[in-house]
Amino acid sequence: MKNKTLEEKLYTLKFKPDIYSHLKANQEFCKNCESKVCTTICPANVYDWLDAEQKLVINYENCLECGACRIACPHSAIEWRYPKGTCGVTFKKS
Amino acid sequence: MENLTDDIQFKNRTEVIVVGGGPAGVACAITLARAGKEVVLIERGSFSGAKNMFGGAIYTDATREIFPDFEENAPIERRNVKHDYVVLNNEDSTTISYRNKPAECVSYTVMRGKFDRWAVEEAKKAGVIVIEETVVEDLIIDYGQVTGVKTEVEDYYADIVVLADGVNSLLAKKAGLRENLSGHDVALSVKEVIKLDSRTINDRFNLKDDEGSISTIFGGAMCGMLGLGFMYTNKDSISIGLGITLSDLAKSGLKPYEILDKVKTHPTIAPLIKDGETVEYSAHLIPEGGYKKIPTLYAAGVMVTGDAAMFVNNLHWEGTNLAMISGKLAGETAILALGKKDFSEHCLKIYQEKLEKSFIMKDLYTYRNLMDELSKRKDSFLNYYLIKVNAFFAMFTSANGKPKRELFRKYIKHFITDRSFTEIFKDIWCVIKLLWSILIK
Repeated sequence: MKNKTLEEKLYTLKFKPDIYSHLKANQEFCKNCESKVCTTICPANVYDWLDAEQKLVINYENCLECGACRIACPHSAIEWRYPKGTCGVTFKKS
Repeated sequence: MENLTDDIQFKNRTEVIVVGGGPAGVACAITLARAGKEVVLIERGSFSGAKNMFGGAIYTDATREIFPDFEENAPIERRNVKHDYVVLNNEDSTTISYRNKPAECVSYTVMRGKFDRWAVEEAKKAGVIVIEETVVEDLIIDYGQVTGVKTEVEDYYADIVVLADGVNSLLAKKAGLRENLSGHDVALSVKEVIKLDSRTINDRFNLKDDEGSISTIFGGAMCGMLGLGFMYTNKDSISIGLGITLSDLAKSGLKPYEILDKVKTHPTIAPLIKDGETVEYSAHLIPEGGYKKIPTLYAAGVMVTGDAAMFVNNLHWEGTNLAMISGKLAGETAILALGKKDFSEHCLKIYQEKLEKSFIMKDLYTYRNLMDELSKRKDSFLNYYLIKVNAFFAMFTSANGKPKRELFRKYIKHFITDRSFTEIFKDIWCVIKLLWSILIK
């Protein structure tokens, strides 16, 4: 079987994004962060580091709400909360 | 103004609030409702199970304790009869397979989106008031006693609040019951549900009718990391996934879903899921800190259950059973406390005592050193020896004109010389220490 791309995998899920991000990063830490582990560890690739702009982009709409980034961030720079009760991801077959 | 506050406190008051509608929360709430207590269960998903993910299996004994007739009524996928342990090498593999006696059934596969939803409906029938799509943001603490919860919308008050809010339990942290989690205390799990028709699944896994199979996968793409893969059969799909300790995954710099993609393409795994279509992808953290990382389990007006309390026995893949039973024990404790009208820390200590008498604390204590030791020797037990297992069978099954004695001697020689004596000694010492702590003291 052909593996789906991450985009196709995420497409199997129902998301109801909030208008505000439930994830925030203290970008001052990000600039000096060597590992930028959030960009590899996130199972939904929510975090993108834009080198030219020295900025972390957070695609919170795809968040699977696992909490990995919060714990893995070496600077505890991610302010992590659950999306509002009516929002976020819905798993049906997991 | 004071009157208004009193009014809200009166209107939004109940005997027990349970935060989280997973197995722990539902077991707790239903235990209380069956005893005639007033319970409000608050779930953040649009239905119970919407935010939940596991391997997964529910365990017959524990589930029967909460839902005696679940085998007739619950949305079950398959009755697990077979457990395979698969050791992957780059291309070859070794499998040990155990098949239950036909009458025995230790576990069933379910989908949480269906099972948790059914379980919460049972709780509603028993009288539990369920509030869905609501996030509990904080606890209300008066003079050191938890007296209620703050949600996005309203405040709710209760004599006791039970935290069943899952592995991230932000509330246990806010209540000062536990420290921040570290990357060693949790594993990140990713999973895909792959659709295949039930006849194909039965043929490929050597099953009939509603029989199911569980696979534990070692090595392969996860080699050298503290992590394992899993595969469970559902009615007409296969759940395949892995869990890797967060700190190891972080260090590897690999993306979790790419490791899973690699496991899926192994020559041993690929034929099992061939022509299937991924119909759901999911991710979740698994509490892996074990006994040493169990938070404070109770304080005045509050108890912690399930994943929030680190109640997972990772070696045996048990979680939902520990969740259900801990929820039940918290429920029983709350019933006693309500009877005495005593919600102090002293009274709720009964919960801890009940847990210590149960298999939950006993099992977690038995494996208290497992993850630490395994983490120190992971390159041995999750890499080197796995490769050697496959090398042994490659040697043993070969028919290449070379004399067997020569092959055996060469294997033994490599077994000893590929690794320094110090390392081999450390491995043996690790096994002895572990066996001692598991079996004796």
